[in-house]
Amino acid sequence: MQSAANKPYRLPPPLFNARCSACWFTAAVVALVVLSFWSLDLQWAAFLSLDAARSMGRFLAEFFPPDLSPAFVAKVARGTVETLAMSALGTAMAGVAGLALALPASRLWAEQRTPARAPTRLLLNALRAVPELVWAALLLIAAGLGPMAGTLALALHTTGVLGRLFAEALENAPPGPAQALRAHGVGTSRVFLYATLPQVLPQLLSYTLYRWENNIRAAAVLGVVGAGGLGQLLSYHMGLFHMGKTATILAAMLLLVALVDVLSLVTRRALTR
Amino acid sequence: MSTLRAPPIAARDPAWAGRVLWWSAALVLLWPLAVATEFRPWVLFEPESLRVTARFVGSFFPPAIQGEFLALVARETWRTVAIATAGMTLALVLAVPLSLLSCSALSVSALAGDMARGPFWLRQLVRWLLVVLRSVPELVWALVFVRVVGLGPTAGVLAIALTYGGMLGKVYGEILESGELQPTQTLLRNGSGRVQALAYGLLPQNAAELMSYTVYRWECAIRSSAVLGFVGAGGLGQQMDNSMKMFNGAEVATMLLVFIALVALADRISGWLRRALG
Repeated sequence: MQSAANKPYRLPPPLFNARCSACWFTAAVVALVVLSFWSLDLQWAAFLSLDAARSMGRFLAEFFPPDLSPAFVAKVARGTVETLAMSALGTAMAGVAGLALALPASRLWAEQRTPARAPTRLLLNALRAVPELVWAALLLIAAGLGPMAGTLALALHTTGVLGRLFAEALENAPPGPAQALRAHGVGTSRVFLYATLPQVLPQLLSYTLYRWENNIRAAAVLGVVGAGGLGQLLSYHMGLFHMGKTATILAAMLLLVALVDVLSLVTRRALTR
Repeated sequence: MSTLRAPPIAARDPAWAGRVLWWSAALVLLWPLAVATEFRPWVLFEPESLRVTARFVGSFFPPAIQGEFLALVARETWRTVAIATAGMTLALVLAVPLSLLSCSALSVSALAGDMARGPFWLRQLVRWLLVVLRSVPELVWALVFVRVVGLGPTAGVLAIALTYGGMLGKVYGEILESGELQPTQTLLRNGSGRVQALAYGLLPQNAAELMSYTVYRWECAIRSSAVLGFVGAGGLGQQMDNSMKMFNGAEVATMLLVFIALVALADRISGWLRRALG
């Protein structure tokens, strides 16, 4: 029996098929989007009207000229340094705390008993799930207004992030060297310090540096709830409608973020070359 | 026959001196940072501050579960998701055309050596625009829009739309250019239009990655829409801010739990979708 040279003509698949998961997915996305726009009382009229355009224009015009008096620029520079210091100290503390929590949260060898693994992971997830800004708002009550609340907030959130990453890195480290030391009867802490840690240290450092980069960006805006740095200056002067000063602070913020982006790109290129 | 014997283990770390030196150097470097951030942890343990903190944290338990309040939280949680979704939709409206404009894989003049000057500068200009949109943090956009359109979700939606529009546009462009370009170039060389080259050359190989990145960003948008509420852009964050200002720990505790659950749920859904997309 001879088969046809061409494939038999087939109809295109129907547009909707109850077994087609992509159709259900698309339908769900469309429903979610429609419901979202429908349920939010968005004030497009207030935003897209001529009146709003004019007030937007006025608002933007007030940004000029930015306040470039030496006294204020010095203040903004201090704010920038404070932002950098907050991010660096917060990340450093998170690195130490993250490693301290990653140890109970990881199973270093197959038959190790790790009763603390699940609860520590839960704690790390909780620390990570609350954003920096919410931590800062909560910590204002204990630490008062100022950069310390921001630093602690960054440290808490980053501890959650780094602790989890560190635990994964420790568990994925090649087990050979540690096994060799354990077979010689070396104690657990020394096995960790001289076999496991040296293997994963470069990875831990690169995670920490990556989080530092993120934290600089976060620290710049963290202050809007009153937790120090450029953000605090921004919300203060914006609240008082000092638009010239606001423009200077915004420019400093963008410059800082752009600088961090460029530096990180250059470093990454240099390291991966 | 000689027996193999392990070398004796040193009683003390031979690199001990160096380690102590580097650790103390690091501590010395940390000191100015602590001064700059007014880092005085003992302030936390002063009796006055301890009392306030203990009262606030103590009021976390039990979390508020009155029916009326729970209904409010449910409504605000939905608003948080809706702000994120609406913001993402507008971000896509912004990002898709801009990324196609900036994508050099669809350049006809680049097929023969260098790209012509006009298209090159147009693409560069669009890329700079995307970088600017992306590098202004969404919280700053929200602060600005709260001033212009007033308190409420509009500011949050616009803030997410602009920042995420920049992010998506930039990454979409990178994804489209990172794949195998030969099918697209072949199509363009043989006279197909740019839209055809996009639909039959670029999209089929990159669709999964594009979708998966979009879903991931949607998850991030939910997290950030909750945070945007703290500057008055509506949703769960705004309620949390109100309750914190009134030192109502029970309400804060409920909302924190709901927020954590929401983020975990979005994480699950997004992970599942991304796995399904491959």
